[in-house]
Amino acid sequence: MAVSRTLEPPKVRVGPGEWVRKNLLSPWYNALLTVIGLWILYEVGRGLAVWALTQARWDVITDNIRLFLVGQFPPGQIWRVWLSLLFSSLLFGLGGGLWGGTIRQFACALGVAFFLLALLPASWATRGWLIGNLAAILLGYGTGVWGQGNPQRSRPLRYATIGGWLLLFPVLVMLLSGFSGTQVLPRVEAGLWGGLLLTFLLSLVSIVLSFPLGVLLALGRRSALPAVRLFSVLYIELIRGVPLVTVLFMADIMLPLFLPEGLRIDRVVRAMAGFTLFSAAYVAENVRGGLQAIPEGQIEAARALGLNGFQTTFLIVLPQALRLVIPANVGQFISLFKDTSLVAIMGLLELLGIGKAVLANPAYMGLQREVYLFVALIYGVFSYAMSYASRRLEIALGVGER
Amino acid sequence: MREAFLQENLMQPHSAIPFWRSERVLRAAAQVLFVVLLALVAGFLYSNLIHALQRRGLSAGFGFLSLEAGFRIGETPIPYDPGDSYGRAFLVGVLNTLRVTGVGILLATLLGLVAGVARLSPNWLIRQIAAAYVELIRNTPLLVQLVFWYYAVIFKMPPIQESLTVGNLILISQRGVALPEISVTPAFYPWLGVLALGTMAAWIVWRVRQRYHDATGRPGYAWLFAIGIWALFVAVGWGILGHPLAWERPRIVGPAYEGGSILTPEFAALLVGLVVYTGAFIAEVVRGGIISVRKGQIEAARALGLREGQILRLIILPQALRVIIPPLTSQYLNLAKNSSLAIAVGFPDLFSIGKTIFNQTGQPIPAVVLVMGSYLAMSLFTSLLMNIYNRQVRFLEK
Repeated sequence: MAVSRTLEPPKVRVGPGEWVRKNLLSPWYNALLTVIGLWILYEVGRGLAVWALTQARWDVITDNIRLFLVGQFPPGQIWRVWLSLLFSSLLFGLGGGLWGGTIRQFACALGVAFFLLALLPASWATRGWLIGNLAAILLGYGTGVWGQGNPQRSRPLRYATIGGWLLLFPVLVMLLSGFSGTQVLPRVEAGLWGGLLLTFLLSLVSIVLSFPLGVLLALGRRSALPAVRLFSVLYIELIRGVPLVTVLFMADIMLPLFLPEGLRIDRVVRAMAGFTLFSAAYVAENVRGGLQAIPEGQIEAARALGLNGFQTTFLIVLPQALRLVIPANVGQFISLFKDTSLVAIMGLLELLGIGKAVLANPAYMGLQREVYLFVALIYGVFSYAMSYASRRLEIALGVGER
Repeated sequence: MREAFLQENLMQPHSAIPFWRSERVLRAAAQVLFVVLLALVAGFLYSNLIHALQRRGLSAGFGFLSLEAGFRIGETPIPYDPGDSYGRAFLVGVLNTLRVTGVGILLATLLGLVAGVARLSPNWLIRQIAAAYVELIRNTPLLVQLVFWYYAVIFKMPPIQESLTVGNLILISQRGVALPEISVTPAFYPWLGVLALGTMAAWIVWRVRQRYHDATGRPGYAWLFAIGIWALFVAVGWGILGHPLAWERPRIVGPAYEGGSILTPEFAALLVGLVVYTGAFIAEVVRGGIISVRKGQIEAARALGLREGQILRLIILPQALRVIIPPLTSQYLNLAKNSSLAIAVGFPDLFSIGKTIFNQTGQPIPAVVLVMGSYLAMSLFTSLLMNIYNRQVRFLEK
């Protein structure tokens, strides 16, 4: 019996000339488009380069870099921010060493960034901290690689790293806000957090709090109890039907009215509440998509095995559903990160707000281009990193392939 | 032993289940518990609210809407002056929001269509430029883009005397953008009647020719005939009645533009920001829709002898639209909701005026209810319309 064998498709080697002809010039109008595209690129690129290198006054950024990064965080307490960063650097290093892949890329990128930043003119203390961060990444990475080959060492290390990531949030909040009346960690009011630090904290807190709330709302929307379902549907649709600014506005002016007399909360905390309430509705819709994708047979099988409703939901349905919706939720969190800029409208001093405050200084009048481009660049770098990670995660999880 | 177990546990399905294990009772109890808890929380918040309002001497009514507003509004699509009521001021805001949203949706759709198709272009350079645009825009916050457009682009434009021009038709400066305005002449309405007649005649001719084609199989040139008849009517109407439309170029008169339709810097910045931002998202939607149509469909259509135009119209578009419409709807809704960022560039939209009203009256609840209610109504109305349309597209697809 002759074995029929599928032939490999013929390999075509495309030379550069052929490639250009095929991809840039093939029908006549494509050649025209190429010329127009090149002309636009040249004009824009030249204009941008001339402006950025000769006309732009970048001193507005370098003079105020501390404001942009941490706002009015007390200078004497700045080590707490550095320490938080050090902790996350260590975790990135450990993760990169243990798991490799995307985390390793991120650890490398962070290390390179710290190294380059340390080369810039800065105070020796700052440089020390930057080098310390680099060392933390290297230390974590080395430990990770050391443990990786050996299951006896890698297991506890992995648990420790995951535990570290889970602990990161509470540790961060405690470290940064401190405790009133202590000498070592005096309280830093949320009103003093600013700049990139505030942007991060707003997004981190809202993400961490809105996730469980969103899962509960999603479960509520699919609940068999009409009262619970109605409440969830109303909440989700109401929030999704209105813009985020109005939710923040409501949180800003109504929240104080809802609280008992004498209890005052900071505006930053109000903003966090607004973001959490808003984001929860979107997370809920994502999670609902995942819940709907779980076949009925899974639930029936769980029932047949004698699991009760609670166990079925939390041991069978949710773990599968949440895995499915990780990419969608990462997307939601990226947009939440970008949306934190909206607190500038409330008058808070996150990255954009600081930019506006700096521009209000007569010494830096008329430098809007420099400041807003810098702010956009920072947002862009972090959003791009997150969306890159989410794409990699999607591939790693094989969502849509199972 | 086993028998006894079965007897005990399984053989008596109808033996009374104790009420604390009956599913119906448990469900009802859980709901009652939920409602009671909710009511308790709501009651607690409500009592706090009432106390807080009393302390500040505020009411929760809407009576203030008929009071005199007393503040100016930069842009008013309907006549308004500070002596008018808060209600009318709010209406101005609503109309402003609708205006920017309507124009924005139109332009963003065009831009998104172009960019989405460009991302699939066979031309490598065009593909890269489109991809760069989409990535750049999607990864930075809209608010930053808006303030950039307003403070770093429009404010840095030359002063009005040195306006940039596009063929003397469009003038751009710090003071905004002036476009030629098209206005109707007295001949317009009679001409519109002629146009309607022409459309009707064209439709009848088209049907007749199509039937001829269907009956005989010979080419009916239905479209050719229909367009010809229609053009004839238009031309004759134009010739008899005179120009139905007139257009006026904007001019610079002193420190302002005159003639033409003028976009204020605020409106222009908001519009450009929203269009560029939403366009990037729509581009992704369009691209997703087009690549969702399987290659085999196009190859099969070619094999059946359809022409390229027919393939696009009959095979690709109906299938792509089915995928595109739902996410496109949510992009439109996003644009409408994002227009609330107008406050950052000083455009008096409904949120911005709502906030001004709150600042003046100090009435938190009516302000929040008005603003949120308006957006909610807009969102619900749009999704209703789009659902209807979506159903029709779906029906066509079968």
